[in-house]
Amino acid sequence: MTAATNRIDRLFADRSRKRFIPFITVGDPTIEATFQLVTAMAEAGADVIELGIPYSDPLADGPTIQRASQRALENGVSIADALQLVSRLRQSKVEAGIVLFSYFNPVLQYGVERFFAEMAAHGADGVVIPDLPIEENGPCVAAAKQNGLHVISLVAPTSEARIQTIGEQATGFLYCVSSLGVTGARTDLREDLADFLQRVKASTSAPTAVGFGISTPEQVRAVAPHADGVIVGSAIVQQIENYENELKDPARMPDAVEKIKTFVHQLASALQ
Amino acid sequence: MPSNTQTTARVVPDENGRFGAFGGKFVPETLMNALYELETAFEEARRDPQFVAELNELLSKYAGRPTPLTYAERLTQELGGAQIYLKREDLNHTGAHKLNNALGQALLAKRMGKKSIIAETGAGQHGVASATVAAKLGLSCKVFMGEEDIRRQSLNVFRMNLLGAEVIPAVSGSRTLKDATNEAIRHWVSHVEETFYVIGSVVGPHPYPYMVREFQKIIGEETRRQVLEQLGKLPDEVVACVGGGSNAIGMFYPFIQDESVALRGVEAAGKGIDTDKHAATLTLGRPGVIHGSLTYLLQDEHGQVQEAHSISAGLDYPGVGPEHAYLKDTDRVTYTSVTDAEALAAVELLCRTEGIIPALESAHAIAEVIKRAPQMSPEQVLVICLSGRGDKDVLTIQEALAERTEGGEA
Repeated sequence: MTAATNRIDRLFADRSRKRFIPFITVGDPTIEATFQLVTAMAEAGADVIELGIPYSDPLADGPTIQRASQRALENGVSIADALQLVSRLRQSKVEAGIVLFSYFNPVLQYGVERFFAEMAAHGADGVVIPDLPIEENGPCVAAAKQNGLHVISLVAPTSEARIQTIGEQATGFLYCVSSLGVTGARTDLREDLADFLQRVKASTSAPTAVGFGISTPEQVRAVAPHADGVIVGSAIVQQIENYENELKDPARMPDAVEKIKTFVHQLASALQ
Repeated sequence: MPSNTQTTARVVPDENGRFGAFGGKFVPETLMNALYELETAFEEARRDPQFVAELNELLSKYAGRPTPLTYAERLTQELGGAQIYLKREDLNHTGAHKLNNALGQALLAKRMGKKSIIAETGAGQHGVASATVAAKLGLSCKVFMGEEDIRRQSLNVFRMNLLGAEVIPAVSGSRTLKDATNEAIRHWVSHVEETFYVIGSVVGPHPYPYMVREFQKIIGEETRRQVLEQLGKLPDEVVACVGGGSNAIGMFYPFIQDESVALRGVEAAGKGIDTDKHAATLTLGRPGVIHGSLTYLLQDEHGQVQEAHSISAGLDYPGVGPEHAYLKDTDRVTYTSVTDAEALAAVELLCRTEGIIPALESAHAIAEVIKRAPQMSPEQVLVICLSGRGDKDVLTIQEALAERTEGGEA
């Protein structure tokens, strides 16, 4: 795959449209449920889908995603399962951008070069590694480039002078952390969020997407003018947790998927 | 990648915080500036005579340093080999070496204008040390502690409360030190602008492993001076227990360039390194990332962190300080492990020969010496870092001894 065919690049080539980026954890509560949910979210207007690879020590995540990670780990879900899921999604013609989300250690143990080569082969477009700051991401960035993929960098309100350097190096899109702390729904967003996002935009030619703590259509609407995309994770993962039993039951799964799809559609529609 | 492997000379981590291939800063972007600020503040402080004087004053007039170096005469006779000396960190205020580092970091927090400190704790010793310095320096203090450790170390929880700290249970994962550290990092990410994170061992992202070493190296500096004064020569071997590894690094570092001094770190083998219940990270782990640092790590084939086990809550950690990983790979330090049962027997022996109840952590170093000393000659000198006292462990020791008796020692 070459950079020109990377779905993230194709999507953001048109910046007149805001992009919606939901996050869910692979294998929460089952791989089959994740497959159905991703398919439904793509139909509901998700442009890029972030797929979390579960980790034993998710230190950038709040309780909601920690629990999702725990449920998936109990199912024995690994990077290999996530890659197979991506292949299956591509075979069934899901054309949304797919970005994996993994802490660094599982990637390191899988093998950095192997991980990026296989991501490309299976049809993923990039990866977010929340504990890999620019100081440490050299080998991953090189492997990503070789395979036409993106290492999505994060930039935080505390990044200050680092914003410029991170912005200059960013490819794919730049993940703007909208609040301090871990992932999870919040009722209020930072007052200085617009200023921060403005500074990030000025630093980079890459598209910007904002996430961490965004959980309602109102919040999506509020941040949309300041970025090219909006990321929602914990709020959707919370819905999945609410419907955990239904999603595990083949007879009741379609109904539960439909309800979550409706929620995602509300979030996605708030962007336009 | 810059490498220090051509020499075992005094290791300072490079500008990226690497000890050879190990160390680094694998943390969320939100924390990166805080780490740089900390690095700058620490470098300024350690060069500031006023800061150094204030810390030294606290170490001598408050903590009670220097701690003595005690000749363990009856233990030496009992084992019939090398002369054994004990570096008495158990006599440091709060009963362990942990205070050396907590004082340094809390003083730095104050200098940086932070009003709150947070800490993680396993056995409770670092939590007690942090609560203590917070009280002494007028800072607020939150201590994150695994729910399982809260149960095992209820007296230390009470001590922390008495000292005015808030103990927050970590309820994720194995509910021990690693999970308490995760929770402390999560809290720090959320409150990074006003909070100083006092890490208790030579672990975590740069500059922590380096900074904690600098605050703990007083153990080895005193020991080196004391051995030279008392015996007129350097010791032949120095032994310390290794969980995260701060007492060991503090003890070893001033001896690194003394090539005649053998250095031996002792990990917890728990129920045995042929079982899955151990904390022998350097013995059985593989390089991986935990709590912001690349180091040896107990993990499964997919890179999921495995739970460690030790009778000693302070050694119950699946990672280890990155400088230890470097010292292992460069062969400057030999790392071994002893089991829960061996540590327990070492507690009994030290109690009966020297009248000292050692912490279960420190008992691992003694257990290793029980094996080592008889193989050495009476002219040789062996120093043990007795990192803490065992008062906090008496309930655990009592339970374990009862279990051993029921299990039928025969």
